[in-house]
Amino acid sequence: MKHFLPAFRILLFLTLVTGVAYPLLITGIATTFFRQEASGDLILKNQQPIGSVKLAQKFASPKYFWGRPSAIDYNPQSSGGSNLSQNSLDLKKLYDERMVTLKAANPSQLENPPQDLLFASGSGLDPHISPAAAQYQIQRVAKARALNSSQLEKLVNDMTKDRQFGIFGEPTVNVLSLNIALDAQGLLNKE
Amino acid sequence: MRISDYIQVIIFISALVLLAPLLGAFIAQVCEGQKTFLHPALSWLEKLTYKIGGVNPNEEMNWKEYTKSLLVFNLFGFIFVFLLQVFQSSFGLNPQSLPNINWHSALNTAVSFVTNTNWQGYAGEVTMSYFTQMLALTVQNFLSAATGIAVFIALVRGIKKSGKTLGNFWQDMTRSTVYILLPLSILLAVALVGQGVIQNFSSYAEATTIEGVKQIIPGGPAASQIAIKQLGTNGGGFFNVNSAHPFENPTAFSNFLQMLAIILIPAALALTYGRMVGSRKQGWTIFAVMFAVWFITLVGSIASEYMTNPTFQQAAIMEGKETRFGVVNSLIWSTVTTAASNGSVNTMHSSLSPLAGALAMFNMMMGEVIFGGVGTGMYGMILFVLLTVFLSGLMVGRSPEYLGKKIEAPEVKMALLGILAPCACILIFTAISAMIPAGLSSVSAKGGPHGFSEILYAFTSATANNGSAFAGLNANTPYYNVMLSIAMLVGRFIVILPVMAIAGQMLGKKVSPVSAGTFSTDNALFGFLLIGVIVIVGALTFLPALTLGPIVEHFLMINGQTF
Repeated sequence: MKHFLPAFRILLFLTLVTGVAYPLLITGIATTFFRQEASGDLILKNQQPIGSVKLAQKFASPKYFWGRPSAIDYNPQSSGGSNLSQNSLDLKKLYDERMVTLKAANPSQLENPPQDLLFASGSGLDPHISPAAAQYQIQRVAKARALNSSQLEKLVNDMTKDRQFGIFGEPTVNVLSLNIALDAQGLLNKE
Repeated sequence: MRISDYIQVIIFISALVLLAPLLGAFIAQVCEGQKTFLHPALSWLEKLTYKIGGVNPNEEMNWKEYTKSLLVFNLFGFIFVFLLQVFQSSFGLNPQSLPNINWHSALNTAVSFVTNTNWQGYAGEVTMSYFTQMLALTVQNFLSAATGIAVFIALVRGIKKSGKTLGNFWQDMTRSTVYILLPLSILLAVALVGQGVIQNFSSYAEATTIEGVKQIIPGGPAASQIAIKQLGTNGGGFFNVNSAHPFENPTAFSNFLQMLAIILIPAALALTYGRMVGSRKQGWTIFAVMFAVWFITLVGSIASEYMTNPTFQQAAIMEGKETRFGVVNSLIWSTVTTAASNGSVNTMHSSLSPLAGALAMFNMMMGEVIFGGVGTGMYGMILFVLLTVFLSGLMVGRSPEYLGKKIEAPEVKMALLGILAPCACILIFTAISAMIPAGLSSVSAKGGPHGFSEILYAFTSATANNGSAFAGLNANTPYYNVMLSIAMLVGRFIVILPVMAIAGQMLGKKVSPVSAGTFSTDNALFGFLLIGVIVIVGALTFLPALTLGPIVEHFLMINGQTF
């Protein structure tokens, strides 16, 4: 077959171009100009990584702000959502459980918690919550840290990011950054 | 919807309508072998490819030779991707020491990437080494897209030219890669890294979180693969959860760039087509048809998602959606990725409201011609155009002609084969899987109609070479890996072969001059007829199946019924 040899050689050559040279070129550009972003925005504490600012991690203590529920328990080894349908009984049960937990943890709030705290994210690693979801938790965190809630309100407002360029997406609060800021402010840990 | 939602939809549409003609003009130059502004920088690479391949790019091929070289090239691509996976641990760039991949998963993935489907039966971060991601998967992201463009170019030449030959496959495929896909990918990849998509070769970092839990943080050369995954309408993610993963799609702006990248080349190719056949109006008519159908599915999806679900007494439910994107960006994406045969996701389609899920399926069921895949969308659309011309000819009692060439029985038969074979494949495979234990045991929704929707979605997505999923279905089993592989092959090659045959047939026909009785194919009337044919074929074929799945789900949902 006269096409076999050209097919084989062109495949190998274009593999080198698109599968080796191209990713290496991008890696070169990335590490030169965007080193921190390209390596996953890891946060170090005493030289040890404590997480990535882009990935959610689990917060269950009342003195930290909580992120969105995760169908994979915040394990990046198997990113994913629940894939439950909107008329799934399992989803309804999870929803009810989360509602009970959140209301018990935030007794001063009379309203229902915002949606994003009740429904799991798509990736299971969503690092953000809505500003409303952060505000919902202020009283609880303030109480657990024996703080004045107005201090926390200011912090949450400072940490709230508007839509990107004022247009794209939704306003967000990065949960990990917020919690690190909380600890870093030396705002007392009541332990 | 809020004002901010409208603004985002309008910006997306404006960017699409502004950029598509520019890119379409550029692609037409490349396809016709004209010098472009990129030639001084890149023509050495094109020439070097021919030299190493030992091919003469000026050697013209007839349609059979063209098809043979395409098939051999794809066969070798398949073997290469398969072997790299099953012997993965023997190669380097595997910092996590990931093991070899079993035969049925490797088979599925190899077929999937060669057919431009990029269905993911595997979870990238715990399955594929960096070596496999780059040399097997990234490469086929390029080459399967370039193959699609080559088939498109061949068909246009068949319609436009007269003679015996359609050009040279190696030349068309190489030019598509070198001048179109590679430069755009470099641009997009750099922009994505700037937004925070990762690109490294580090081993996975082990973090101890603030509350003291161990968290393994993955790495990898993701940005380079994601750029071509979107531009080539491939859609296979670097990570399991695809573009919902914050490492693949970290910001609302990276999301915007990726949505645009998904649809840009397919949209541009409609306008390329107009230029290549010598009538830009032809191109704009097809573009308008694609745009109109896509827009209707977007509006429908938004309406469905904003309907209150009585079970939760909430609308616009955030299950499976990411905070940074919000609801509207999730729906622009779900319609764009299924209209174009991309299949990457930024939201979990299985958790969309039932009708939004149905519209995602319907986009694929129409044969992936609403923008569709790179190249595949346009050649699929031309099959529908020929069918519409033929039907219109029957209605007015004239012998049908398209762009001056007569449409006769062989072309219509081939067009019908290319349109109906995938439909049959979807319905038959879904029916089989819904009846036998090997098919049913993978279903995750235990009761109610959602389990059927999972199966229907899987075979629709595979056959349409889309690759998105109702991911509750555990498809990484021998049964699904093999069945879905067959579906992907049918959806790819039982369309390419008839298209190439039509190209060959049309090439030999005489062009007759335009007369007062010529049925014009570049006006609104034809646009409506074309939409009618596409929607009716799709609706008549699939409405019963959709009724059993998502449509029933919708009515149960609005009555507050859960399963």
